[in-house]
Amino acid sequence: MKRIPLEYAILGVAVAATLAVVHPARAQGAAERTADQVKRGQYLVSTSACHDCHTPWKMGPKGPEPDMTRALSGHPENVAMPPPPKLEGPWVGAMAATMTAWAGPWGVSFTANLTPDPETGLGKWTKRNFIETIRTGRHMGRGREVLPPMPIAVYRNFTDADLEAIFSYLQSLPAIRNRVPEPLPPSTPVATAK
Amino acid sequence: MKPVAIFAITLSAATFAAAAPGASVEPVPQRLSETGLFVPGSTRMASGVMPFSPQYPLWSDGTRKRRWIQLPPGAAIDASRVDAWDFPVGTKLWKEFGYGRAIETRLIERVADGSWRFATYVWSADGSDALLAPADGAVVPVSDAPGGRYAVPGRGDCVACHEGAAVPVLGFTALQLSPDRDPLAPHADQPRAGDVDLRSLVARGALRGLPSGLLAAPPRIEAPSPTARAALGYLHGNCGHCHNAAGALTGLDLVLAQQADGVAHSSQRTLESLLGHASRFRPHGGEATQRIAAGRGGSVLTLRMKTDNPLARMPPLGVRVVDTEGVALIERWIANDLKPALSTSQETSR
Repeated sequence: MKRIPLEYAILGVAVAATLAVVHPARAQGAAERTADQVKRGQYLVSTSACHDCHTPWKMGPKGPEPDMTRALSGHPENVAMPPPPKLEGPWVGAMAATMTAWAGPWGVSFTANLTPDPETGLGKWTKRNFIETIRTGRHMGRGREVLPPMPIAVYRNFTDADLEAIFSYLQSLPAIRNRVPEPLPPSTPVATAK
Repeated sequence: MKPVAIFAITLSAATFAAAAPGASVEPVPQRLSETGLFVPGSTRMASGVMPFSPQYPLWSDGTRKRRWIQLPPGAAIDASRVDAWDFPVGTKLWKEFGYGRAIETRLIERVADGSWRFATYVWSADGSDALLAPADGAVVPVSDAPGGRYAVPGRGDCVACHEGAAVPVLGFTALQLSPDRDPLAPHADQPRAGDVDLRSLVARGALRGLPSGLLAAPPRIEAPSPTARAALGYLHGNCGHCHNAAGALTGLDLVLAQQADGVAHSSQRTLESLLGHASRFRPHGGEATQRIAAGRGGSVLTLRMKTDNPLARMPPLGVRVVDTEGVALIERWIANDLKPALSTSQETSR
């Protein structure tokens, strides 16, 4: 067998030692960044009223409270809603006791499942899909409009870094399978062909 | 050019200009006549402006449409990536929409930093010129439009469709400009004199790098029947700009865009993404759960094409009137080409 020159051997050992030190450090740095991002996302979600509508509310011993066993899973699929009440005068909206179904001039909207369930939540969404949804007010940036009461006009002021942090946090949640109903249209007539 | 007559919209200072900060890009012109489409002082097309008509046009509530492209002098499109053409900086495309008279003309332009910008111009009633519309769109009273109101898209609407594919230019592609045109394509215009297609673009030197095999045998959707070919083409032209394998919505695993490069694989990929798949969208009442279904309840695909519910309709923007001809084609395709196979597989699986 051909002998490896001593200086090459030393160089090889040095490179291997450097990689052994640097790579774990890099991996650890990335993990810390991700953990920091998730923590930042959790902070933004908890201070931006996301639970108010995307977590179903229940009656607790001290009154209404979010049901954190179903945190951010949207309108419960097993809660069937009757038609909304007819409102008069300056009253234009109504909401369900769960805070997850809302009626108004736009129709009836049901809050989305934000957990990473692949079939009923955001499990197949990408960061880009999430950011474009908030920026454009359309599902995944190109589908139907996101409906009231979602405060898109407020949330579109988040920075990309904020939205990435929120998405990272949402993706870190336990997936909850909950198929939220599609919204119902307003009762106003729709356009027809001439 | 005459002064522009009164418009029923208010123009704001905001424009559609979308170039990156710091890039050396001229502001979007305030008038269509300043964009290079016309011979100065007229509404005749300028030299170098080439008309074209895609074989699978987008349904736009029955509007009459005309389209043009202009490349910078001496420049050419690089077609070496057959389904993602690289357009030179300075490329401009215009698309005019009208009911009887022209109502709006949209412009997309590749600017100096390589990005694309979008603008739309609303025509005066006397047809003398068109003015830049506000960045958030406008509603124009048009007696022939559905409900007498015509919605001019905002910049966000432009981006929603045009940035959902590999390249923002949607109707000027190898498949759309194939000389082997589909005679059953709904709403397709007969090519007009002077319209460019793949062969004439190559002959002019405006298209380079296109594999020579695609000139000898122009791209054609591979399908077992003429109905299937037209149906796949219709889905390509009306849905494929969002539902494709290269853009933002790949996570949905719904591929309705056809490729000119590898047509057999492309149509097979579409069928695989449609058949045997539960739909994520579930209409109220549970009458349909499959993207395409053989049995009771029908298919979510056609249900969303023909619903009058604006929150469920597909495409989700740019359409308010159901395309009955397009729906009939897709339903015919499902009934005649797909249902026999679906029914057999359902019986086998019982």
